[in-house]
Amino acid sequence: MIQFTVNGQLRQVDIAPDTPLLWVLRDTLELTGTKYACGQALCGACVVHVDGAPVRACMTPVSAVAGRQVTTIEGAERSRVGRAVQDAWRKLDVVQCGYCQSGQIMSAMALLASNRKPTDADIDNAMAANLCRCATYQRIRAAIHAAAKSLA
Amino acid sequence: MLNTTIENASRRSFMQGAAGLTLGFCLPATAAAPVAGQAASAPPVFAPNAFLRIAPDNTVTVISKHLEMGQGTYTGLATILAEELDADWQTVHIEGAPADAQRYNNLFWGPNQGTGGSTAMANSWDQLRQAGASGRAMLVSAAAKRWRVPAAEITVRDGVVSHAASKRQARFGELAAAAAAEAVPASVTLKEAKDFRLIGRSAPRRDSADKTNGKAVFTQDIHLPGMLVAVVAHPPRFGATVRRFDATAARRVKGVVDVVQIPSGVAVLARDTWSAKKGRDALSVDWDETRAFRLGSDEILARYREMAKSPGLVAHRTGDPEQAFANAANIVKATYDFPYLAHAAMEPMNCVIHLTEQGCEVWNGEQLNTGDQSRLAEVFGLRPEQVKINMLYAGGSFGRRANTHSDYVVETARIVQAIGGKAPVKLVWMREDDMRAGYYRPLFHHALEAALDAGGRLSGWRHRLVGQSILAGSPFESMMVKDGIDAVSVEGAANLPYAIANRLVDLHTPKDIAVPVLWWRSVGSSHTAYATEVFLDVVARAAGKDPVAWRLELLAEHPRHRGVLQLVAEKSGWGTPLPVGSPGSRRGRGVAVHESFQSYVAQVAEVTVAADGTLKVDRVACAVDCGIAINPDNIRSQVEGAVGFALSAALYGEITLREGAVVEGNFDTYPPIRIGEMPRVEVHIVSSAARPTGIGEPGVPPLAPAVANAIGAATGKYPDRLPFRAEDLRA
Ligand code: FES
Ligand code: FES
Repeated sequence: MIQFTVNGQLRQVDIAPDTPLLWVLRDTLELTGTKYACGQALCGACVVHVDGAPVRACMTPVSAVAGRQVTTIEGAERSRVGRAVQDAWRKLDVVQCGYCQSGQIMSAMALLASNRKPTDADIDNAMAANLCRCATYQRIRAAIHAAAKSLA
Repeated sequence: MLNTTIENASRRSFMQGAAGLTLGFCLPATAAAPVAGQAASAPPVFAPNAFLRIAPDNTVTVISKHLEMGQGTYTGLATILAEELDADWQTVHIEGAPADAQRYNNLFWGPNQGTGGSTAMANSWDQLRQAGASGRAMLVSAAAKRWRVPAAEITVRDGVVSHAASKRQARFGELAAAAAAEAVPASVTLKEAKDFRLIGRSAPRRDSADKTNGKAVFTQDIHLPGMLVAVVAHPPRFGATVRRFDATAARRVKGVVDVVQIPSGVAVLARDTWSAKKGRDALSVDWDETRAFRLGSDEILARYREMAKSPGLVAHRTGDPEQAFANAANIVKATYDFPYLAHAAMEPMNCVIHLTEQGCEVWNGEQLNTGDQSRLAEVFGLRPEQVKINMLYAGGSFGRRANTHSDYVVETARIVQAIGGKAPVKLVWMREDDMRAGYYRPLFHHALEAALDAGGRLSGWRHRLVGQSILAGSPFESMMVKDGIDAVSVEGAANLPYAIANRLVDLHTPKDIAVPVLWWRSVGSSHTAYATEVFLDVVARAAGKDPVAWRLELLAEHPRHRGVLQLVAEKSGWGTPLPVGSPGSRRGRGVAVHESFQSYVAQVAEVTVAADGTLKVDRVACAVDCGIAINPDNIRSQVEGAVGFALSAALYGEITLREGAVVEGNFDTYPPIRIGEMPRVEVHIVSSAARPTGIGEPGVPPLAPAVANAIGAATGKYPDRLPFRAEDLRA
């Protein structure tokens, strides 16, 4: 049994400890907002927060989050930063296919949680590991600036 | 006002037939007789046709016959229906249509439902306006009866029906039951453009909320009770088959339930994805490669270069090209090479199938609804109507999910069959499976020659293409392959718009290359626009002409090409000096214009090339003419995305075969651009009254040639192969 908190709720799973957190979230807990796209920590579609820090769930064994706080896209709206980011994303119609966007939003939240006034260079850095095949990057950048403004 | 009678016979029967078919849902409150599957107590819903439902709670549901894969079609299609209905946008919901070739066919494809070729808006424009207008007319007529006032005095706005003189008002929901009893009008009056309240106003995307909170449902997210997840071992080379396999280790993986052989490989089924993947990785398969394809990309290209030395089948011929070249004062030549490209949609291919006593139910980012439906019917021995397809959001496609061979869909069906249909199956391709399973934009070689006469005029043009046919062997072959010429191999080349009196375009279609190929966002134009637009700049340089001025001169007969070219030239500051870059770097500006799918796009790229050949695209100005701009913000968004997508291919996109095996497997070797590489993109829209055309693809073709022409302006070297390589651009 591995025990951890997901979006504020205590969860227990009976699963091989080397199972990636991604598949525990998606298949065991049926929290499907976190996406699989590469499985090799190459794209960022699976980014979740563990104790507030962004991690790639596809390469994080579930044993590594035992006793810790996991936040997924389903829990994004629980924080002020999360709501600001989601609002900005919606106002600017950032999404296209949407498949990468959970990861984008989780990475943007982590950036804004530690940096309330990110520059373009800060954004390039913090978001470099989040790929978007639809190339919504210009709007992602604008939405992060807009969210920062609304949080100021 | 524009008064259109619904006169097209098939459309008329479609509207009426639809009302009949949806009768079960439009039971007025007074008619208590329940129909199949619906309780008598179900609330009355107004469903005047196959595209619209209005519920008593005022919810307006628009049924989309087209797939939402990111291009914004759900929002765009709902906008045109809601416009004519005068609905409140906030109450509009969009639902994917079931597979039904009669009611939901693509009007450009005959009795065939599907999404592609940027046709969704163009083929739906009249249909959905009429659907909305006829719903509105029925609501108005119901209100007129209820209030005993003339219908002509009734107005509708934002989901509210009003009669000003008597101060009466009703929301759509209150009238739904009464409207359902009204006759479907035989003709409807459509709005004039000046009265549009949603069209042209950038209605916000209706899928934004669910795509930002994790609720949007993709095929990958489907969980059914008892469902098994399948991960498949595919052969390492195209054409190889399973000789034998050992599943002992795979079966030992906890969670693995079954291991089965299917025509395309060996499938491991498990209770969850990770166990299925571990099981698949533990398989040992002995492949029979006696019939496998074993050429590498280099060898294929070498063959194509050889083939390009002799004439191909003529795709276009005007004037007397031989004479023009014989009389030329100057002949310019170039060749261009294009690699195989994978679609690499963010959501790898997947599909869910549940076989039941009654038929089968499918969950899929469904792009070729009718094709997949009939193939599945064939596989399972069912009638097509027994195959129910749930069309879900697709996490990108770029053409991949429109597979005329239904490859991954049939693979899922074969797995279901192999386990005797005992459980619903979700097929999941891992990224590497997705990238290596084939169906690429074909590798192409182009050879071009231009003749300039003594006056420096462009007097002759010869363009030879060598590459595999996408349509050969597909159900579209009879329609689109004529006299050996696959229309999509030469689109954008055969119909070159420039005024050149003597022109020849010919094509070689190699038949012995067993690499599966498919349309890739913008299809033929993904390579023909590059070859023609870059070569035109090379020739312009030789003739001492300005690339924009010369194009405008050669496009005298093509006002829409000229329109976007002039707009982009103005907005980009064409002709003004570019700010200089850092020491040692070279900067340049380049233009390209291309029509695809009847939409016109011109782009001007600004680039910086470092001394070591590193390329940075700084800015891309775009001008677009896609007819009436239904949703200007979505047009901008699509063109921004198209720029990034096309730039990804131009900078990094290459699927390489080595002895027939695909080298690339994941985003480390086949990366899209990252946020820091995204240029500043501006999109300017030509104001137009022409019928709307698509915008999902047309932003792609001009990008790579505009960048190449900017590189040419900066360095004097015009890249003759894609992707760009730093070694080709060094100072
Ligand atoms: S799926 Fe985890 S980084 Fe791509
Ligand atoms: S929105 Fe499609 S991959 Fe990012």
